[in-house]
Order: sequence, then structure tokens, then C-alpha cells
Amino acid sequence: MDLFTFLSSSVMVLVVFTIVLTLVPISVYLERRVSAVIQDRLGPNRVGLPLTLFGAKKDFHLFGLFQPAADGIKLFLKEDHTPAHVNKFYFILAPALVMVPALLSAAVIPFGSTMDMPFFEGRQVQLAVANVDIGPLLIFAIASLTVYGIVIAGWASNSRYPFLGGVRSSAQMISYEICLGLSIIPVLLYFGDLNLGRIADQQSRDGWLLLPIAFGGDGPVVDWRTLLLLPTLLIAFIIFTVSLFAETNRAPFDLPECETELVSGYHTEYSSMKFALFFMGEYAAMVVGSALIVTLFFGGWALPFGLDNLIRDPATGAFPWWASLMHMGVFLTKVIGFIVFFIWVRWTVPRFRYDQLMKLGWVVFFELALANILLAAILIAIFG
Amino acid sequence: MAYIKIKRPRLGLFEKLYLPALIKGLRITLGHAISTLRGKKRETMQYPEEKWDDNMPEHYRGAPALVTDEQGRERCVACQLCEFICPPRAITILPEEIPTEDKWAKVEKRPRKFEIDMIRCIYCGLCEEVCPEQAIFLRKDYAITGLTREDMVHDKEKLYEIGGVRTGLVNKWNELK
Amino acid sequence: MDSILFYLFALVMIAFGFGVVMNRNPVTSAMCLVGCFLGVAALFIMLDAFFIGVVQIAVYAGAVIVLFVFILMLLDIAGEKRREFPIHAIAIGLIVAVIVGGQIAMVAGSLDDVGGKFPPIDKAAAVEARVERGNNPDSTINTILTDPKKPSYPDVHIIGEALFTRYPLHLQIVAVLLTVGAVGVVVLSKKRLE
Ligand code: SF4
Ligand code: SF4
Repeated sequence: MDLFTFLSSSVMVLVVFTIVLTLVPISVYLERRVSAVIQDRLGPNRVGLPLTLFGAKKDFHLFGLFQPAADGIKLFLKEDHTPAHVNKFYFILAPALVMVPALLSAAVIPFGSTMDMPFFEGRQVQLAVANVDIGPLLIFAIASLTVYGIVIAGWASNSRYPFLGGVRSSAQMISYEICLGLSIIPVLLYFGDLNLGRIADQQSRDGWLLLPIAFGGDGPVVDWRTLLLLPTLLIAFIIFTVSLFAETNRAPFDLPECETELVSGYHTEYSSMKFALFFMGEYAAMVVGSALIVTLFFGGWALPFGLDNLIRDPATGAFPWWASLMHMGVFLTKVIGFIVFFIWVRWTVPRFRYDQLMKLGWVVFFELALANILLAAILIAIFG
Repeated sequence: MAYIKIKRPRLGLFEKLYLPALIKGLRITLGHAISTLRGKKRETMQYPEEKWDDNMPEHYRGAPALVTDEQGRERCVACQLCEFICPPRAITILPEEIPTEDKWAKVEKRPRKFEIDMIRCIYCGLCEEVCPEQAIFLRKDYAITGLTREDMVHDKEKLYEIGGVRTGLVNKWNELK
Repeated sequence: MDSILFYLFALVMIAFGFGVVMNRNPVTSAMCLVGCFLGVAALFIMLDAFFIGVVQIAVYAGAVIVLFVFILMLLDIAGEKRREFPIHAIAIGLIVAVIVGGQIAMVAGSLDDVGGKFPPIDKAAAVEARVERGNNPDSTINTILTDPKKPSYPDVHIIGEALFTRYPLHLQIVAVLLTVGAVGVVVLSKKRLE
């Protein structure tokens, strides 16, 4: 490992960390604005730069974009109360156990195309912390550790509601991890690869997985082989998305913290920044989940219709540095779009009952995913 | 234990799929979002600029206050019924005798101190209902703020200031109120 | 760098391993086991066995121990009491420890034959061996193995190929066994059998 690789990876770690941690408050803001708009309200639209304090004529409110900052400051200033009846060590450990896996799993997501460095001749940098060959598996493995945070929080709080929330969430997460893993196998069969970087790259050549139209590439504009597989891929997409809702404890599957039954589930006893860590961990998991969906099904950083083929260097397949930065922007736009979709669903669908949730996972999705794998495998074996 | 068995509607295959209903729901929420974004619909009142004042309903119960009659006499006779009935015990009254040389000496009693702690008041209106002299009324003031707890205790002066003058035979059950 | 990381993760593993045995609180023991598994997974990943490492996390740390913790919490098992061990238990434990330690020492001693270091994986030789065993020289794995652009060892491909071409029967037997187990659990947990 030479100095350049070391430095570029360190910078990449910082960049990814910053991106995920900035997307968290942005999605909190979006959650509040979108939910308001759906319910014919306005939502937070005031907090901005208080320019009048410095003698200006008007405050600069910027549609309330600074609201998350105000929320954050408020959470910092709240009393950090640890009840007397809790198991102190695990009570403090639990919020970290929720936040850390969510941030870790962002490491394998390719945030942009491989970048030709502008000032270092012939050097290339991958816009991902770790471009490993088992991307989605690693994300699942690390995401499966999130459940410890929730279970431990529920248990260490030493009170009824959190405990029930913790039990619910662990049962739910273990069940839906299975659907999550099984549902994307057709996709992985199609790509024949587990490297998220290469998966995104392939989609930039042949068009997005769910939009397989590509101009300007070497192949045909529409590949009939992909069209044939499209129904299975669509089923895979639906199962994956719904399971992701359950896995990240988002409505309509937010039973672990269902307010009407459990006060607020596993984080009932938490306050101040410990609560904020749970809150942020949940949103970070949502951000990473959206990024994974975008990478697998919607081309990651790729432009639609194979438009990248026009800017690509035909000999090496690399992109100029400005194109890579643009790809990063494209990727983030798609991710934010998906986050808005998450929020939109939350304010549309009422919460499921717990038995409905379990039935959906084990009786419907599990079988459907298995059948889907079989179908995809047969189709690929015959026509592949 | 007796229980009622609810008949659930039998769903067809299409309805069981759930997805069509989901898409329908998403369309509805999207419609609301779009009409709000285009400014057609809006339930929010932008508070400091827009206020309740014009839309305040007739029966609104705001801050309780004392009133004087047309001769400038305070109506309250310090009977302390309101103090007694007030559920959160927000009212404190210190009565005193009206000296004989006073114009209204035959009323005999008046409050020396009359305080309503607005942190405690729950705007229930029981004081208004119980008062035999029709001296205390709930007004429409709702933005009652202060920087300290002491600020939030309305003394006699403040109460008369909010209440103002009530002329005629005020009957609290009719429109004159 | 590599050996520093190796010692670090080995130390983590041993420390958590001790934690599993020494702790009296069962939940803490289970959490230590998770830490131990994470150390093992890290060692696998350092050996380029990404798949095994990640499966180690997903299956053991992510699912099995979660179920353990789940049961421990539901039953609310209290901490263990300290107790006296009989002499023969200690003796047997010592004997096992000596045997295992001796074996490790022997394996470590045989490192001298290769100059104290295992050679890196010779990919060309691996392809040759595979062709000799009767594999198609143009199969995907052979091309990936010799592909210079591939920075890491294609372990997922190799495991998949081995499972589905060399050991398909074993795989299916295991699958049947698991299915029988799952069905059995469902049957047993339905208390009222007709
Ligand atoms: S409105 Fe109710 S709470 Fe307020 S002062 Fe009158 S009686 Fe007391
Ligand atoms: S009930 Fe009426 S008259 Fe009696 S003390 Fe209260 S305000 Fe005065």
C-alpha cells in the first residue's frame, strides 16, 4: 500500500462518512416537510440564519433547511437521564450498537464511477471505501448486527414496553433478513458478480436493471434477454424494497416502536443524545438501504439509457474527473429520491398488525422469493 | 366471555394482491402533496403574521378577568366562591371590608388582593359560572406569556385591565355576555 | 501491517473468548461470543476468504447468537453462582489443554519447512491443477483466477463451483436435513396434535 492509496482511501472514508451523516438530517427534514405537505400542512419553514441579529433587514430562512440543526442542538441540551433501574453498561452501549453498523455498511457502496485523478497522471481512485467482491453480502452481514443494539436496548432498559419492542424487533429483523437475502439472488444471478462497483459499471453500459435500454454502447439498444428476465427482476425489486422497510423498522412495519401500543418501543427510556443516536441510526440505515436499492436496481451512479457510453474513454473505460463528480451527484439525487419514496409510503400506509407482518414475511415473501430464484435460474440456464 | 364475531369482507384475488390498493393510496397522498405545494390547500396558520383573532369562535374561553360596572364599581364582592371552586386552585383572594365613608359602603366587602395564577389556570370557566355577581368572565385573550413565574400571576390591576367595563345588567347566559 | 492486524484480531478473539467463559452474566457471555466471532471473521477476511468471513458474521453473529440472546432475555436467566470444581474435572481439562497446545506447537514447528512463512497463493498453478483435475480450461473461474485486474481471490466462485459440481449430493443431504429440522420444529411447537 503506497502513500497515495493510503491517502485516497482515508479521504474516501471521510467523504463517505460526511455524505451519510449529512443525508441523515436531510432526510429528517424531508420527512417533516413531505409529511406536512401530504397532510395539507406546511411543516418547518422558518429556521434559517437569524440575520436580523447582525443588523440585516430580513432573516434568511431558506425553507427551514436549518431545522435539523436546531433539533440537534435541542437534543444536545436536553438532560441526559439514565434511569436508576437500568443495566448501565448495556444501556450506554446499545445506542452505539445501532449507529455503528449503519455507518459501517456504507463502506462498500460505490458513490461514483472510478475517477481519473486530475493532478496525478494515470492514477485512478474508486469512489467507494472498500470495493470488495462481496458487497451486498457484507451489507447484510453488518446490518444483521443492528438488531443487537435494539435487543440490548430493550433488555437493558429493564421495563416492559422497551422489552416488548426489543423482542418484536429481533423477531422481525431475523425474519425479513431471510427475504432480503433471497430476493436479490435473481439479480446477482443476472449480473454474475457480487462486486457493487462492477454491478453499477455494467448498468452504466447496458442501461439500468429495471430500465434496460442503452444507446451508444456496443450491444443492442434493447437486450431481449434482459427483457425476458424483467418480470423476475421486478418481483425481486418489490420483495427487496418491502423487506427493506421491515428491516429498517420503517412504517408501515414500525412495530418495534409502535406508539399506540408500546409508548415508543425500545427507546422509551432514552433521552438526549442517546435517543438521538437511535434516531440517527434508523435514518442512516434508511440512507444505506436506499443506496443499495439504487445501486442494484437503478444503475447506481449511472445516467439512464446508457448515456455514460458517450463520455467514457473508449480505450480504458475510465471517466474524466468531472464526470465522476457528476456521477456522485446523480447517485445522491437517486438516493434522495428513494428516501422521499420511503417517506411517502410512511404517510400513506397504515401500520400492519404484528401477525400480518410475520405472515407476509414467512408465508408470502419467503415462498415467492424461492420460486422467483427458481424461475430466474431456469430462464438464465436456457437463454443465458 | 362474550365476544362478537366480526364478519370480514371476503376479498377477491385482485384485492388480496394489496399492491393496487397501495398504488391508489399513494396517488391520493401525492394528490394532497401536489395541491399543497401549488398553494391550493393549506391548513396551517402562519402564526405571528396570521392570528386566530378573526376566526375566534363565540364560545372561546381565554384568560379569566374581572369587570367593573358602568359606575366604575368593581362588581366582585369577595365572596370567594370562585376561589373555592377553581379546580387547580389558581385564584387567591384576600377580602377586606369597605370603610363606612366609602360611597359603596353598603356593599360591605371587596377584594383587597385578587390573583389568578395563569400557569395553573386551566381555562375551565367554572369561576365565571359560579360567580353570583357576574364579576368574573373568561375573555378571548389566549397569548399569555411571561419570562418568570411572577409575570404569570395576574393581580387585581391586570385583571381589571383585561376585563374592562361591563355595562347594564350583564346576564352571562345571553348573547350580551 | 498484516501481521500487526493478525495479532490484533487474534488478541481480540482470545480476550472475548475468555470473556465468554469467565463471565457469570449469560447475556454478557453471549455478547462476548459475538465479539469473538467478529475476530474470527476478520481473520478469515485477512486470508482473502471474504465469503467465509462474511457468512461467519451473518450466520453466527447475526442470527444464531441473536436467538441465544433472545432466549436468555425471555427466560431471564440469572447470573451463575461460583462453585467448586472437583479434582478430576480440572485434571481432564488440563489434559485436553495440553493435547491441543501440543498440536498447535507441532503445526507451528512445521512452518520451518516453508521458511517460516506460507507462500502466497500461486494462481497460475491453481489453474493448472484445476485443468489437470478435468476442469474446462476456459471456465469462468480459470479466467478470473488468471485475470490480472482482479485484486482478490475469487473465493465465492470457487466455493460455489465446488459445492455444485463436486459435492452436489452432500449439499442436498444437508438441505434435506435442515428441512426435516425446520418441519420438525413446527410440528413440535404445535402443541395440540390431532
Ligand atoms: S377558569 Fe377555571 S381554572 Fe381558571 S381561574 Fe377560573 S375556575 Fe380557575
Ligand atoms: S365569585 Fe365573583 S364575586 Fe365572588 S369572589 Fe369570585 S369574582 Fe368575586
